[in-house]
Amino acid sequence: MSDSLLSIKDLQSGYIGPVSLDLVQGRPLVLSGPSGSGKTLLLRSIADLDLNHGDVRLDGIAREQISAPLWRRQVAYLPAESAWWRSRVGEHFESFDEQLFASLGFDKSVVDWEVSRLSTGERHRLALLRMLEREPRVLLLDEPTANLDPDKTAATEAVVQAYCREHDAAYIWVSHDPAQRERLGARQLLMHKGQLQGSAA
Amino acid sequence: MNVIHLTYLDLGLAALLVLVLALVSWRLQLGLQQTLLIAALRTAIQLTLIGLVLKVLFGAIHLGWLTLVALVMLLAAGREVMSRQKHRYRGSWGFAIGTTSMFISSFSITVLALLTMVQPDPWYLPQYAVPLLGMMLGNTMNGIALSLDRMTSGAMQQQAMIEARLCLGHSWNEAISDLRRESARTGMIPIINAMAAAGIVSLPGMMTGQILSGTPPVEAVKYQILIMFMISAGTGLGTVTAIWFGSKRLFDLRHRLRLDRLK
Repeated sequence: MSDSLLSIKDLQSGYIGPVSLDLVQGRPLVLSGPSGSGKTLLLRSIADLDLNHGDVRLDGIAREQISAPLWRRQVAYLPAESAWWRSRVGEHFESFDEQLFASLGFDKSVVDWEVSRLSTGERHRLALLRMLEREPRVLLLDEPTANLDPDKTAATEAVVQAYCREHDAAYIWVSHDPAQRERLGARQLLMHKGQLQGSAA
Repeated sequence: MNVIHLTYLDLGLAALLVLVLALVSWRLQLGLQQTLLIAALRTAIQLTLIGLVLKVLFGAIHLGWLTLVALVMLLAAGREVMSRQKHRYRGSWGFAIGTTSMFISSFSITVLALLTMVQPDPWYLPQYAVPLLGMMLGNTMNGIALSLDRMTSGAMQQQAMIEARLCLGHSWNEAISDLRRESARTGMIPIINAMAAAGIVSLPGMMTGQILSGTPPVEAVKYQILIMFMISAGTGLGTVTAIWFGSKRLFDLRHRLRLDRLK
């Protein structure tokens, strides 16, 4: 218990729960289940975006003890659809980490790109970088490769895995793709009607 | 003062114009005649009643009566702000936010103007206090209603954007900042435009009224300038207050966007 990065006990929010699970460093999770089973709602509740109840701790520290913005910086949720509030890509980043951008195939010129001209896949990958830049400990990824081709998917998987190794972080990855779940080699969980069920087949 | 008194015959002739318009509407099948006639009737009745109220009020100069009238005006304006919202706050929040903001802005600025600028004796002399407060409330009401409506519908439309910022660790204050700026602009643009166009495009109603009742134009102009400045300050203060409380109400203590608080 003490070595768990993120521990969740009796998390409940409207449709979902109670859900209990432990996310251990070096042992990430892959979450699957039919649409409407509550995967997104579960991730949103862990990030404390929706009204919810339950004991959620990061490194043993209850989330009520830290401010909500700080909690979401450390337990970061990446929605399936990325949203951008300024016109240029660079305005959404705090700094420019060349290596990080290069890992997903972007060079320095990307900061001047207009968000409205990005392809769906580019928006997706940039949203991931935008999140990683803030160095979260837990990544809650809602189908992060849904619109990517196989090359970009593989690159994204590699980036996330390398990030977790280097930053002592772990992820919960929602994926509909059995091959991807296999590749990630993570513990598998199945969501059904708002409840968490052991490992998926 | 050399006021030309209007007779009931004069008013009857003016009413004839409205009747002619109703006739035109009927002939052209615009379907407006009924609404038009009811509205005209309401104008006549409401203004006659307020005229009687003011007559009594001007006869009995007492802070208590004045306060009562001011409160009725404030509550009516609060109700109006709420009824103009497409997405209202659940519960009594919409009414409370609008009324509080108008109270803070309109009342404080009217009292300030009465005490330091106009300085009637006593300072709450109804001939000055009631029209000034009325003009303040009417205009701040517009600004507050516009800005709150912009903010609540903006929050509905921009949910993904606001939550994306929350996800990245922005506070509620940062996450709503762009929308708050837009809403403030929406609320304040009408009065800024009115100030810019005053005297060139339109002669403001109050000034026209004073001139008709015999006030020298330059005096009427001075009053109008005073009023315009009061209104813009009041609208600004009221809008900023309403936006602050309104945006805060859209989030809870854990910085969650709570659209369930709107309907």
